Amino acid sequence: MHLPQTLPQTPPQTPPLISLHQVDKRFADGLQALDSVSLSVSAGEFVALLGPSGCGKSTVLRLAAGLESASSGTLSAPALLPGRDSQTACVFQEPTLMPWASVFDNVWLPLRLQGRSRADAATEVRQVLASVGLADFEQAYPAALSGGMKMRASIARALVTRPRVLLMDEPFAALDDITRQKLNTDLLAWWHGRAMAALFVTHSVAEAVFLSQRVLVMAARPGRVVAELAIDQPYPRQPDFRHSPAFALACRQLGAALANAHEAREAIRPAAREPV
Amino acid sequence: MAVMLGLIAAWELLVRAADIPAYTLPAPSLVAQTLVANFGSLAGSWWVTLKITFGALALACAGGALIAAVFALSPTLERALFPVAVVLQVTPIVAVAPLILIYVESTQAALLLCAWIVAFFPVLSNTVVGLRAADPQLRDLFRLYRATPWQRLRLLRMPAALPYFIAGLKISGGLSLIGAVTAEMVAGAAGRETGLASRILEASFRTETPKMFAALSLLVATGVMIFWLFNALSRWLLGPWHASESARQL
Repeated sequence: MHLPQTLPQTPPQTPPLISLHQVDKRFADGLQALDSVSLSVSAGEFVALLGPSGCGKSTVLRLAAGLESASSGTLSAPALLPGRDSQTACVFQEPTLMPWASVFDNVWLPLRLQGRSRADAATEVRQVLASVGLADFEQAYPAALSGGMKMRASIARALVTRPRVLLMDEPFAALDDITRQKLNTDLLAWWHGRAMAALFVTHSVAEAVFLSQRVLVMAARPGRVVAELAIDQPYPRQPDFRHSPAFALACRQLGAALANAHEAREAIRPAAREPV
Repeated sequence: MAVMLGLIAAWELLVRAADIPAYTLPAPSLVAQTLVANFGSLAGSWWVTLKITFGALALACAGGALIAAVFALSPTLERALFPVAVVLQVTPIVAVAPLILIYVESTQAALLLCAWIVAFFPVLSNTVVGLRAADPQLRDLFRLYRATPWQRLRLLRMPAALPYFIAGLKISGGLSLIGAVTAEMVAGAAGRETGLASRILEASFRTETPKMFAALSLLVATGVMIFWLFNALSRWLLGPWHASESARQL
């Protein structure tokens, strides 16, 4: 019945697609994975979640995908809306392809689950395969592909439904550095042409800076957002962005934020302990 | 193959060199002669055994997979009925066969039932495990895309279970033959419709050892044939993608 006490100073141009407000997540075993996490991602925005392993980055992603539910707080995302189509795609750390199916059939899967026949979906599947550079491999089985190509197939599967939200959970962490940098550049091109909201989990500072417009730094035990940094660099970003002073500065700032979060926790820990 | 031929040649040489009488150990050449001479009558019995073996195998295959699918969709049913399957599996078939022969009027049906009881469990237990073995992240993906339970079963859980199912089938193939022969031995079936087991018993009563070996060689051929059949099936279905088949060359 009453109006909110404070209105936002600068209203965002588009309402956020994903928004978490003071979300807590406690698992059944009592482990607190997230403590009052708030964040939002708008359409066309690329946000990176940066933090050490075990800080709850993946849990945030699973909440946004509707694969976990929050213990408290409010959460909205297209994946939580009812209906046949979740408008959300996910790329996991592993390529997570079906080993028994060809590249074509793997990419067809999301459309197939919506009831689209092979013939009906073929144009879209071939288009997206061509855009990720796998046009000649549609009949190949995943076992015959390199790690980078498997990840390209996995991303093609994510893009084929033209999702509004793209969630990525350290997708390139297992790849060698050259493949990883190439895929970073390509990913920006695929994202830029589609105006998706992208939420990208990583533990690599350089990857977060190169890809995103905003980096949220998370700390562990319990997982929480401790810092936020905007990367004001226009897209398309070229590989030589990695050698610019702005890139180095952003990396330093994020490195410091990560170190602060770690030290703060170390400082708290002895006091929290019971005397032996 | 070369080893097998070598063993048969050694057997032939041994029998000739030591002058072992045919009623103790017939030479392979004599077994072959006996097989050719009696093929007309043995073929009929072979056909009976083949019918029971493959009938039981087909039922084991369909029944095992179907029951596993039902278990996969209803964990309650699985908890309730899996112990029954275990009881059927652990009871020695020679011990139950006489009972089954009393309860089931048609001998053929009784033999089929015995062979099925022996053969269905590997398919069932392997498929049950396989249906649960799908990659958790792929399961998440199917959830994200809001797959129906039927889509999940058909597009994810069944293909993931296929290697397990085939491993079970390879075991069941051998067991269905063992089941068919054992049941017939217990039944001591006589009359027109007798399988190879009855012929072996009959030949043993008359100490026609070469004939026993001839019937036995048909059983061995059947077993090897089933083994080859399932290896070919496995290569055909799993060859392009599963590690068990692609590692074959290494």
